[in-house]
Amino acid sequence: MVLTEVKPNCKCKIKNISKGQMATKRLYELGLNTGAEVKVEKNDFGPIILRVYGNKLALGRGLAEHIEVEEVNN
Amino acid sequence: MHTIALVGNPNSGKTTLFNAITGSTQHVGNWPGVTVEKKEGFFTYNNEKYSLVDLPGTYTLGAFSEDEIVARDFVLKGNPDVVINVIDATNIKRNLYLTIQLLEMGANVVLALNMIDEAKAKEINIDIKRLSERLNVPIVETSASKKLGVDKLLQVTVESIGRKAKPLDISYGKEIDEEIKNIESLLENKNFPYPKRWLAIKILENDKEIVSLVSSDNEIKSYIDNLKEEDKIYELELVDKRYDYINSITKGLVKEPENILTTTDKIDRVLTNYIFGIPIFALIMAIVFQLTFKIGQDFLGGYVESFIGFIASLVENLLINLNAPDLLISFVSEGFFGGVGAVLVFVPLIVVLYFFLAILEDTGYMARAAYVMDSLMRKVGLQGKSFISMIVGFGCNVPGIMSTRTLDNKKDRMIAILINPFMSCGARLPVYMVFIGAFFPNNGGLVLFLIYALGIAMALIMAKIFSKTLFKGEETHFIMELPPYRLPSMNSVFRDMWEKVWGFLKRAGTVIFLVVTVLWVLSMLPAGVEPYSKESLLGRIGSLLAPIFTPAGFGTWQASVSLFAGIAAKEAIVGTLGMLYSPLELTEALRMNFTTLSAISYMVMVLLYTPCAATIATVKRETNSTKWALFMAIYTFLLGYIMSVLVYQVGNLFI
Repeated sequence: MVLTEVKPNCKCKIKNISKGQMATKRLYELGLNTGAEVKVEKNDFGPIILRVYGNKLALGRGLAEHIEVEEVNN
Repeated sequence: MHTIALVGNPNSGKTTLFNAITGSTQHVGNWPGVTVEKKEGFFTYNNEKYSLVDLPGTYTLGAFSEDEIVARDFVLKGNPDVVINVIDATNIKRNLYLTIQLLEMGANVVLALNMIDEAKAKEINIDIKRLSERLNVPIVETSASKKLGVDKLLQVTVESIGRKAKPLDISYGKEIDEEIKNIESLLENKNFPYPKRWLAIKILENDKEIVSLVSSDNEIKSYIDNLKEEDKIYELELVDKRYDYINSITKGLVKEPENILTTTDKIDRVLTNYIFGIPIFALIMAIVFQLTFKIGQDFLGGYVESFIGFIASLVENLLINLNAPDLLISFVSEGFFGGVGAVLVFVPLIVVLYFFLAILEDTGYMARAAYVMDSLMRKVGLQGKSFISMIVGFGCNVPGIMSTRTLDNKKDRMIAILINPFMSCGARLPVYMVFIGAFFPNNGGLVLFLIYALGIAMALIMAKIFSKTLFKGEETHFIMELPPYRLPSMNSVFRDMWEKVWGFLKRAGTVIFLVVTVLWVLSMLPAGVEPYSKESLLGRIGSLLAPIFTPAGFGTWQASVSLFAGIAAKEAIVGTLGMLYSPLELTEALRMNFTTLSAISYMVMVLLYTPCAATIATVKRETNSTKWALFMAIYTFLLGYIMSVLVYQVGNLFI
């Protein structure tokens, strides 16, 4: 599944990002690298809000659609 | 003198720490990218003076944006004795990513574990002693906003001077490690001003700047081409490995409680709501302008005005009693008090506006404004983050344009620069205020809000046009950190406000004084002419230009001269009008020379036409191109002219 399909308050693990090299690397460096666990805090119409490590990160939906994730069960 | 560099992520409290150490009047903002250039301050420890350089806040030391290049070049080439790396203790792992890169460069690092009080309140536990051992760097707990741990940090920093730091050697896995070794040996007898292992890593990371630097050597260039062919560029793997390293080093030392719903989350539910987000933002801005108007103009403005009037008559009487020459009396009363004085009247207004903008910055709300604006910005081919430079532009277009440096996409950055002048800066406020005072005394807040809204609308329309014409193609992404809400520190709010007000006063004392003086001289020549008349040199120049503005409804020589004075500095517009209509009271004079409609079209012109000289110079510097600076000067003039003609001509049909 991709990040835009994850329901709010669910945790997921980053599997793969398939967007331009620049954006992908930026996301990796912000902590969205392979295997990183993130929590989706908000996912409705605007950009998605994630919790990555200790901070909140807002991502445009066009970008989030290209982030492949797998859900993590608590 | 020893040099200490200050490096850290945006929002790590780096600039607050810089202020706590140097006591300087440095601006602090609670959003990414306020420190747009490196800034230097000084501190004394044990009777010795040290230089402290505040570098731009960055997440990494790659070559994505100007900021990152500025920061890493200073660490590598500026030879700082110690690099203080400020880390947000509430978000330690992500912050350590930058630390790892500093250590790989071989920098002599001292870690300032900042916001330690917030971390403790969130029940985050960090075993500092063992972390320090594992990283092999000194760590000091600090809370810059409460000035805790600052002395200790300075002590440890000073003690660390001269410490030989060995570059950190992370194992990137067999394949990559081998490749690093190969490149290192290839670099052995080459002369590049960077550490070899670091260069090797950057080459494998496909760092554009470094690759183009080392490609000057043919042998290395062909080696890199070969690597690319064999698909041996490990950009993402290297990042993964660094995070693996961080996870292994922090293992068992950092305990974070399961996420609980914080106050920030609760506030965000409302402020970033997809229905209410934009209306709330519009409401906040409308309230800010309304309050600015009520407090700055109605309440404080009157006192300042009578005070300046009082001083003016005092000085004038004094000069008359001293039998001073008429020319001097005329210069002082009409030139100085009529011109510069007319500008000073607006100081309270500007103080209040800057006060509210500083509060919005400091609380962290600006990042949310960018968030809610993202979908709208996207429709015009931009992204939410570009909106921040637009809001900074409300204060002044110069820092507004400079803050576009945090945009890592060239298209975003160019468009953000070109539309910034439509964000009505503080210097244009006095113009609206005198016209509002003369024509809309009862709806001031509303008219002011509409003018600012028109500026935003024009900026968005032009952004759309530019993204469809001049800068096609490139896709833009919104990636932005939302910092936790913090109560604004009155200390930094007042410091920020004062800095901007001081800038305004300085311009009033220099550029505006100069413009007013030159115009005054021109208005007295040729000798014997009636001062400020149409026959004076100034009047003749203005009359020559006036017909251009007749279709816009303000084809008077005074209006033309004031607009041209405004290109030197926007504050000079009111100063010039004040002088040209002197001794008439300005409000009175405007009512006689403008109609309500021509007043509106004149305000539209002032909002949109050519930005001030300082802004044009900044565009030239930031785009590194005279062509773009000229383009900016000309297209804004044409747009302002067309819009004000439109307003006047269409308005005339209805009146």
